[in-house]
Amino acid sequence: MRELEYPFDGELILKKSKKIKRTLLEERSDFTQKRIAVLGGSTTHDIIRVLELFLLDQGIRPVFYESEYAQYWQDVMFDNPELVSFAPDLIFIHTSNRNIAVWPTVSDPEERVDELLSEQFSHFQMMWEKIAEVYHCPVIQNNFEYPFYRLLGNQEGVYPQGRICFINRLNEKFYQYARENGNFYIHDINYLSASYGLDRWADPLYWHMYKYACCMQAIPAFAHNLANIVKSVFGRNKKALVLDLDNTLWGGVVGDDGPENLEIGQETPMGQVYSEFQGYVKAQKDIGVMLAVNSKNEHENAIAGLNHPEGVLKPDDFVLIKANWEPKSENMSAIAQELNILPDSLVFADDNPAEREIVSTQTSGVAVPEIGTPEQYIRVLDHSGFFEVTSLSEDDRKRNEMYRANMARKVQQERFTDYREYLLSLEMQGTIRPFEEIYMARIAQLTNKSNQFNLTTRRFTQAQIEAFAANPEYITRYGKLTDRFGDNGVVSVVIGRRGTMADVEVYRRGETPDAADGAASESELTACGTAAGSATAGSSAADGTVPDSSATDSVADGSVLHLVLWLMSCRVLKRDMEYAMMDSMVEACRDCGIGTIMGYYYPTAKNAMVKEFYRTMGFEKTDETDTGVTIWRFEIPADYEKKNTVIE
Amino acid sequence: MNREEVFEKLNEVFRDVFDDEEITVTDATTADDIEEWDSLEHINLLAAVEQEFGMKFNMGQVVSMKNVGEMADIIISQIG
Repeated sequence: MRELEYPFDGELILKKSKKIKRTLLEERSDFTQKRIAVLGGSTTHDIIRVLELFLLDQGIRPVFYESEYAQYWQDVMFDNPELVSFAPDLIFIHTSNRNIAVWPTVSDPEERVDELLSEQFSHFQMMWEKIAEVYHCPVIQNNFEYPFYRLLGNQEGVYPQGRICFINRLNEKFYQYARENGNFYIHDINYLSASYGLDRWADPLYWHMYKYACCMQAIPAFAHNLANIVKSVFGRNKKALVLDLDNTLWGGVVGDDGPENLEIGQETPMGQVYSEFQGYVKAQKDIGVMLAVNSKNEHENAIAGLNHPEGVLKPDDFVLIKANWEPKSENMSAIAQELNILPDSLVFADDNPAEREIVSTQTSGVAVPEIGTPEQYIRVLDHSGFFEVTSLSEDDRKRNEMYRANMARKVQQERFTDYREYLLSLEMQGTIRPFEEIYMARIAQLTNKSNQFNLTTRRFTQAQIEAFAANPEYITRYGKLTDRFGDNGVVSVVIGRRGTMADVEVYRRGETPDAADGAASESELTACGTAAGSATAGSSAADGTVPDSSATDSVADGSVLHLVLWLMSCRVLKRDMEYAMMDSMVEACRDCGIGTIMGYYYPTAKNAMVKEFYRTMGFEKTDETDTGVTIWRFEIPADYEKKNTVIE
Repeated sequence: MNREEVFEKLNEVFRDVFDDEEITVTDATTADDIEEWDSLEHINLLAAVEQEFGMKFNMGQVVSMKNVGEMADIIISQIG
């Protein structure tokens, strides 16, 4: 919604929040529900009110748990059945420098300051560890903002007794914890308050009157910044940045002025602005953002402009260059299609309001920020948070290369008339194994952002993925694919849960299994194929997702594998990777004495491409519900023949 | 801006904040008269009033303000 896109009018949002919420709820219906616990060290009421708007705008419908005033620590540390039964998908801890219990004083010796620092840090660390142990969910934690006055003036950051020095050291400890612990994210209110203006942000009236850690007017900026982390954790980041050329990446019109007359480089102030912007855009590649061009130009002129000797961006930096005279909205659809991503994963930057209008009205879902004037481009794109980083995997850094390699594969494909021959020519090598530590982050990321080739569209956090891997009730496989053009990284994930035919009812209803509930049965089900009979015995009623084992009849020996998740990245469509995954699952089942595999397809707005997937894998459809859920059965034949013949 | 104009604008602000087109405030209106006007909404209301009139209440005023009439008095005294 326009009102919620950066740069937004915060005061308007505050004033009209009720109406905005009503409109958001009317405009769409495909929300994902998330349970968010907000544990505050100060008042959180209006933060929740505005955070809800920004999340709804991202397609996330939050249900909130709000701690009593300033009870953030107690809520976690002491028995709290209410929070436990709330079962948060995410916990946000809203603390500020108002929550620092004891500050150093000028007369304290340095050792005393060190002591205070470690006391203050362990207060938080204890709480985070308890959360990790009890709740297994992502945590977002505010760092500390600077105080609004400085006893030691400009030396406040120099002397250990100074509050700024103390906050800097405490923040660094928070960051270190974040680096060492997955699923833990810093909400940088120190940056945010500086960017907003610390004197306005810290207006003491709001603390003393209402116990707000920042002024009311800063809450929309706060909530927007926070919502960006939340949507990123839940896999709703944008994936590609599509750029116009003339007057967006350089000053002037390359077709009219000629490449030699473009404003780019260090010669003029405007040229410098465009150079800095090009540098910012190029760096996006390093965090996994794909770059593309959508420009009204002759193709050769576009290339000539991008080859300007002073330019930072070169034609090779883009995975796709659409320079033609088609409407830009059509180019946007084509870009989405060729990259195998949905239009709502694209951001379009164009200086021309008319072009922005066409794209935002004709290509539904594309983010089209009002990027302002050239010197504002970086701030608007940056503060919008389209590509908010919450995990930085090797895959992210290499994504651009991988998509470029895909383009090279397409060229290769055109040289072959026989598809199998083409696949063989790719010299593909697959690695398919149970989930491993180094890939947990990537696997969780895939479950959160794969929409199209995704049979059940179940979203899991890294903690849940780790729990599946550790639980012998589950068979997990990730698949990595390399070929002569490059490494595609982890591209497919399959999770199966052992059980009986009676469990089909549970999966028919689409309920989400919780890996943590299997912990109880771990001792009974130690190794594959040894104690399959007790697969469901220990974990029955914990969350109601596993039926009582006494209800089973036909196959009561735990010899069925239910496919909880099967997804694949669209970047490896039609490479037979799915067959290789199937082969691996069949092999795993055989090792465990499992004879039947049950597959489930839950329809969503985006996954129609896999509606008949299980049929192509050799499954038989056994049932279909009113809501379009289909259930598939595969009996593993004694003479199962490997389906994949092209990947080594 | 005269008192009548101030009240006209105040009505708009109240209607936006409480998302209720029926609201009409008078000198004597207090939080008791508007169902959703609790202490938490009060903060939001004051922020919206400040934005509408381009002024700020200081803490003393926030603490002592008893009804919409007093709110209007403060606004008029500040914007002249």
